Formats: sequence, structure tokens, C-alpha cells
Amino acid sequence: MSTNPGVEPLTSQKIPIFIMGKKYLVPDSLTIMKAMEYAGYKYVRGAGCRGGICGACGTVYRKPGDYRIHVGLACQTLVEKDMYLTQIPFYPAMRATFNWNDIAPTGEEVAQLYPELFRCVACNACTKICPMDVEVMDYIAAVKRGDIKAAMKMSFDCIQCGLCASRCMGELPQYHIAQLVRRMYGGKLADETPHLEEMVAKIADGYYQEKIDELKSMDPDALKKLYSERQQEPHQGGEYWEADSKEGL
Amino acid sequence: MTVGYYPGCTLKTKAKNLEETAIACLEALGLQAIELPRWNCCGAVFSLADDDLIHHVAPVRDLIRAHDEGHDKVITLCSMCYNTLARANLLVRNDEEKRKTLNLFMDEETDYAGEVEVQHYLDFLRTELGWDKLKAAVKKPLDGLRVGAYYGCTLLRPDDVAIEPPETPQMFNDFLAALGAEAVPFNEATACCSSYQILGNEKAALEASATVLRGAANAKIEALAMSCPVCEYNLGRRAGDVRAAHEGVGEVPTFYFTQLLALALDLPVDTLGLGQNEPEAAALLQSKNLVAAVPA
Repeated sequence: MSTNPGVEPLTSQKIPIFIMGKKYLVPDSLTIMKAMEYAGYKYVRGAGCRGGICGACGTVYRKPGDYRIHVGLACQTLVEKDMYLTQIPFYPAMRATFNWNDIAPTGEEVAQLYPELFRCVACNACTKICPMDVEVMDYIAAVKRGDIKAAMKMSFDCIQCGLCASRCMGELPQYHIAQLVRRMYGGKLADETPHLEEMVAKIADGYYQEKIDELKSMDPDALKKLYSERQQEPHQGGEYWEADSKEGL
Repeated sequence: MTVGYYPGCTLKTKAKNLEETAIACLEALGLQAIELPRWNCCGAVFSLADDDLIHHVAPVRDLIRAHDEGHDKVITLCSMCYNTLARANLLVRNDEEKRKTLNLFMDEETDYAGEVEVQHYLDFLRTELGWDKLKAAVKKPLDGLRVGAYYGCTLLRPDDVAIEPPETPQMFNDFLAALGAEAVPFNEATACCSSYQILGNEKAALEASATVLRGAANAKIEALAMSCPVCEYNLGRRAGDVRAAHEGVGEVPTFYFTQLLALALDLPVDTLGLGQNEPEAAALLQSKNLVAAVPA
């Protein structure tokens, strides 16, 4: 029983859910992904990271008495009684090819690579289906007005599940467009980071070589011990947490 | 009462000189309009097909945003955005069935029934300030500059969204007169610049643009003032192509009306954004001693 106030205790009662139209009784404490495995489905692909970040298990479902399409990542979303679901692990969308050195970080360049950008009618179906609550329509609007930085920021949480593309009446590959604008921003618009280049040069110059050689020559058991006993940042470490030793940084 | 400002996509890229001068002038004149924090493309062209409601979603959504921000009014600068937003607003106001369908479709938004008023910046200046007050605010009258007020199509057509009676438009001329310019009426002031025809029918488009530029030159107009980035593209940026295709088309530099306003209010020359105009525009102002050197 949960002792957290406001959190429903999990009962592990069996509830009916409908996977691709077929009814299964599954424990109510499971995620959709675990419920599918419980029901006998075996993931060969489409399971992904099981950590809510890779975008491989986008799942759409409906509930009785509600016309809306609901969405969640199968690995993160708990089953609900009478939900009607299917997982959409991949949705095809073509990615434009380009020569990185030849492209300018502008809305016009994006429109050249993805002319379908202007087929957006602002229906907002993309935003409504996004399992990461990204304002998809708004970042597409930002690209149309050439605001690469705003589009980069707004699309930052995109995990490329492709559900936006599945719903788009303009047939846009929003998630590829979002990746392009983030690359444009990171590679051509963001401030230069000279300290990074200095560090890379330092490493290339053999800064860590001695330590790497030392690790490579270690006995495997000693190496395992060293790894498992390393100081780790606590889960609630906060932004002011610092390691006791900064050796090697 | 608060006033929202809808910019439009082109004003953030190819027509920055329209937006930036307009915003600077509002401040100089003590007027306030707040840019909508969220907005999408207005759709650029009002769909005339029956039951093509999906193409009205974009402008109506922008109007919902303005309403949600608590604005009674939303102003725009681009003539195309003005036209599309104003007509979509009337559709929502006057057609109950279509209003219901649009609201039902946008179920994640607040219901909207056309509560917000859509107004063009020029008309906003007229109603909020008036031409006498504008004249009093002018610090550098555009003396001796013969300017043609080029309305184009979308400020005056169709008449239910026209900023003034389309047969006898006067407001744009009054505005120019308040700036101290010589407002020169000409027959082609409300003719079409060729609009998007330039994409599919270049020959006809250049001919239409030539008609406007020739008419302006015949009236001895030295500068054309306008509020539409499409008109500015056809009559300004493509003026060289128009002249190459049609003999006897003189040089008539094009300006956004807000650039002339900023000039008359004596705002710093680098706020005028003349670098985005054709070079003839800055050259004309220099020859009239209205600006000194123009920064690139």
C-alpha cells in the first residue's frame, strides 16, 4: 500500500484492456508495455529503452465515452480499465539529405529542404498527440517565420516517436524538421565554446592517457570494485552537489 | 481596453523594415500594442471555397489567442494578414453554423464568436491618434517629397473588410499629408501589383506591376508608400525585372508607410531598415536631404 498522500494505492486487481481490439485481463499496476508482455506479446523491436526517452513505444488509445485520442509511451503509462490501445513503434517519414557545409540556419533553408512545411494549416493535431507535450504546431509556426532558435527551444523535448507525423493532414515530417532546426542552432547559431575545443585538444594531446593505461592494465575484479565503489551523485543531489574529488577533470 | 499586435511571418524575415519601424513609431507616439505571445501563420490568403473550413482554422486560432490575452482589438501591419484575419473574423461572427464547426474542431481552445476587432495599423493611427495629432508629432516633415499612397487590393477589397470606402479611399493620403509629404493621388493606387501571379504567370505579373509603376511615374510620384510585403516584392524588389521587360517604366522607389512615418518622426536612421529596400530608396531620401549617410 502506498503511503504517499494523494496517490491511489495499487491493488493489482485485474482489469480488462483491449490490445488491438482483443480483450485481456491484466493487473492494474502494470504499464502498457508490461501489460502487453503479461498478455503474451513478445517485443522483438519497439520496446526501446523502457525509460521514457527513446520514443520507440508511442501508444495511442481511446476510452469509453470519450471521442478523443489519448497517447502515452507504453513504458511509462499505466493501464486503465477498458482502454482500447495499439502501439505505433514507428511511423514512416522521409528525412531530407543535405550537405551540412552548404546550408544556412534559416527558415528559408528549411523550407527548401521540406517544402511541405507550408502545408501546415494550424490544425494542431500534432500537438494534441505528442506524448512529450511538445507544442509541435507552435514550433512549426516558428520555423515558418524563420525563428530557428524558438523552434529549437520548443522542440527540445522531442523524442522522435513520429506520432505528430502520423496525425498531420499536411503530411509534414515534423520530428525531422525539428531535428534539423536543432542541428542548425547547435552547429551554426549557438555561441562558440572555446573551452570545449581546448579540452578536446588537451585530451587528444594525451591528458588522460596515463589513467586509461592504468585502467586497461588492471585486474578485472579490481576494476569492477573501483567502478561499483565510485562516488555517485545522489538521486536528489541538487544543482550544488559536487564530488569529493575532482581528480582527472 | 488592451490592444494586441499580430506580426505575421514575413515581418520577422523579409519585411523586418515594416515591423521594426512600426513598433518604434508606436513607442514614439505613445501608443501601445502588445505582440501576441503565441501565434501562427494567418494562412496568407482567405479561402473562398465553400465548406473549406480547415483553411480558416489558422486565422481563427490567432484571433482566439488575441481574445485569450484579453484584447478587445488586434492590429496588423501586413495587408494580407489584415485581410485574412478580418475576413475570418467576419465569418465566425456572421455564420453560426461555421462558427459551431470551427469551435467544435478546435476543442482544445476557448470558444470564439468574433469578439475581437481586427484593425489595420493605419486605421489604428487614425482612430487612436488622428491626423492632427500625428501632424503635431512630426519632427521632420517630408517637405517636397511626392509620395503615392499605394493601397493595392487587400486593404480595400472586399468592401466588408475595407479600411474605408473602396471607391473613394482617402485615409492613406491623409496620413502622408500629416507627415508633411505631398500626397499624390494616381489612378493605379488600387490596382493589383500582380500578387502571387509572379509564381505562375510571370509575363502577366510583370505587366500588372509595370502598369502600377508607369501610372506612378506619370503622376510624377517620387516614392510609393505601401503596407504589403507582396506588393513591395512585386513593385520594389522586382522593379528591375519590370523595367527590363517593359520600356518606359521609370524608377519609383518603394517604402513601407511606417518607414516614412519613422523618418517624419525623426527616429534614428538605423531604425529605418533601409538596407532591406532597393538601393534607390535610400538614394532618393539622400537626394532630398531627408537622411544623411544611410548605414548598410
